[in-house]
Amino acid sequence: MTYFRLLRKNLTRKKLRLFLTIFSIFTAFLIFGVLKTFDHALNAGVELAGADRLITTSKVSLIQPLPFAHYTKIKATEGVKNVTHASWFGGYYQEPKNFLASFAVDAESYLDIYPEIFIPEDQRTNFLANQRGVLVGEALVQQYNWKIGDTLPLISSIWTNQDGSRTWEFQVEGIFYDKEEQFDTRSLMFHYDYFNEGRAGARDSIGWLIIKTESPELNEAVSKAIDDQFANSPNETKTDTEAAFGKAFLEQFGNIGLIITSVVGAAFFTILLVAGNTMVLAVRERTNEIAVMKTLGFSNGRIFTLIVLEALLLVLLGGLPALGVSWFMVEALKSAVGGGLPPMALTPEILLQAIAYMLLLGFVTGGLPAFNAVRINVAAALGRKAI
Amino acid sequence: MTKEPLIKLEGVSKHYVKNKMSIDIFDELDLVIRENEFVAVMGPSGSGKTTLLNLIGGIDRPTSGAITFGGERIDTFSESQLSKWRAANIGFIFQFYNLMPMLTAAQNVELPLLLTKLSKSKRAEHVKTALSIVELEDRAKFYPREMSGGQQQRVAIARAFISDPKVLLCDEPTGDLDRKTAEEILKILQLMVRDFGKTVIIVTHDPEAAKFASRKLYLDKGKFFERRAA
Ligand SMILES: Nc1ncnc2c1ncn2[C@@H]1O[C@H](COP(=O)(O)OP(=O)(O)OP(=O)(O)O)[C@@H](O)[C@H]1O
Ligand SMILES: [Mg+2]
Repeated sequence: MTYFRLLRKNLTRKKLRLFLTIFSIFTAFLIFGVLKTFDHALNAGVELAGADRLITTSKVSLIQPLPFAHYTKIKATEGVKNVTHASWFGGYYQEPKNFLASFAVDAESYLDIYPEIFIPEDQRTNFLANQRGVLVGEALVQQYNWKIGDTLPLISSIWTNQDGSRTWEFQVEGIFYDKEEQFDTRSLMFHYDYFNEGRAGARDSIGWLIIKTESPELNEAVSKAIDDQFANSPNETKTDTEAAFGKAFLEQFGNIGLIITSVVGAAFFTILLVAGNTMVLAVRERTNEIAVMKTLGFSNGRIFTLIVLEALLLVLLGGLPALGVSWFMVEALKSAVGGGLPPMALTPEILLQAIAYMLLLGFVTGGLPAFNAVRINVAAALGRKAI
Repeated sequence: MTKEPLIKLEGVSKHYVKNKMSIDIFDELDLVIRENEFVAVMGPSGSGKTTLLNLIGGIDRPTSGAITFGGERIDTFSESQLSKWRAANIGFIFQFYNLMPMLTAAQNVELPLLLTKLSKSKRAEHVKTALSIVELEDRAKFYPREMSGGQQQRVAIARAFISDPKVLLCDEPTGDLDRKTAEEILKILQLMVRDFGKTVIIVTHDPEAAKFASRKLYLDKGKFFERRAA
């Protein structure tokens, strides 16, 4: 026999109780793993966004288009170094479930403003030269097996082209990578001109503008100058940093962070009670045995340690498999939602956080009963006569 | 041939204060137990026999007075000193065996050895020897619930002596057993004294059981009345 065996024997006394406790801990960490991944994915764009880029949208709403003329006017605003614009295409591939983050952009300025979009030089040249060219993200290429040179028909859920169809044809000219994991490679982009000339309505409108100022210190002044310029016009604007924009975008879905925190928090609190209660009961039942161990010469420190380790083992038995299963669930979700969401991953950060919570849970739920065990008065406990 | 005094109680008093009333269990009790003695403690219920064993075994402390073991004061030991000291010197045996229900006979016997530096294989060897001394080798893999009272008590004895303590303290070790089984247990305790040089103190209500001891103490109203075995 070893100490580990002793721990295991203690833990497995009541199989059903053990199973139920492990199962509840498992559930809590499964929720934790999946929701945290979700939360992380949704916030990734916000956290990573270039701090020195500004985004101008319509003051009315994110989806309200702006006139193309805004582009030229903003370009001429003092302090603006570089401007580009993008429009939401709302495309999908073959079926609506293969929804893609797809944009019509002013290619050259767009690629300048987003240096994190990495394309081999020759592909870049080919893309810029071909009006029907499309630049697809690495993640999409992996998912759909597209190749350079492929003709890519995409269906827009918003835009009809001039022959009344919603199918638009593109040619894959380049595949972009993201070396710094700052740009979502589940997206694709193509030329605004091709899109603008092809569409049946809303000509010469753009979705939003991305601006780079001469220096980040100017951001505030430039934002104000831009918005003032269009104040009281039919197309008022709202200019913000990219990070603030990302946040506003997310808030369309409600305060996800808060929801996730409360769900995880509630699950945790419940588990803490369940596991803590189980440990307290399990140790109380053993009062007599613990007293006997003390007569055998087991010190208070050793008994304390054994009980805390038992609680830790219990928590890890439920928690670690939950992280494994979360990983599979996240992978499954990833392929199910496709390009609809930013990249999801059970990051090392989330894993470490989960493990830290497990240790904490173990220490808390083990500490209390261990403390009780230390206080057991041997003479009194043995006087209670077992059986 | 008288041996060295092993356990000495000098002016030991034990009081409990309950509802503002002081209950005296002992007042100024003196006692000397020598090495390798087999002592039976008898006396009416409530006379303090269990309390006496607890004091000697260091799981209870006297209100006043001195308890020495091999010349060393144990009543002033700290909790952790007591744990260490107990592991090395004392084996307890109880009326209701008090085995760990989730451990087999062999694992129960091995338990105190977890406190030693013995290797796994050495521990297994010791367990085997201990179980053979109490004639239970064939029950090594049995759980307490699968054994009779007498068998469980023999496992408890093996657990008590496996780490080779000087003293075995037995509180009514045969109280729950029939005559024949009780005698088997008492013979093992005798063997412990005779062949292994242990000092054994048993508390018993049974005069027949007390006959196995070499010295009898009657505890009543906080005093000892002594009679040596013939
Ligand atoms: N924690 C306590 N508080 C108050 N009184 C106590 C406590 N523990 C024991 N006593 C009292 O001490 C006295 C001696 O108890 P003890 O258990 O030593 O008797 P005993 O001789 O072993 O009796 P029995 O033969 O029934 O086992 C009893 O009167 C008991 O009520
Ligand atoms: Mg008693």
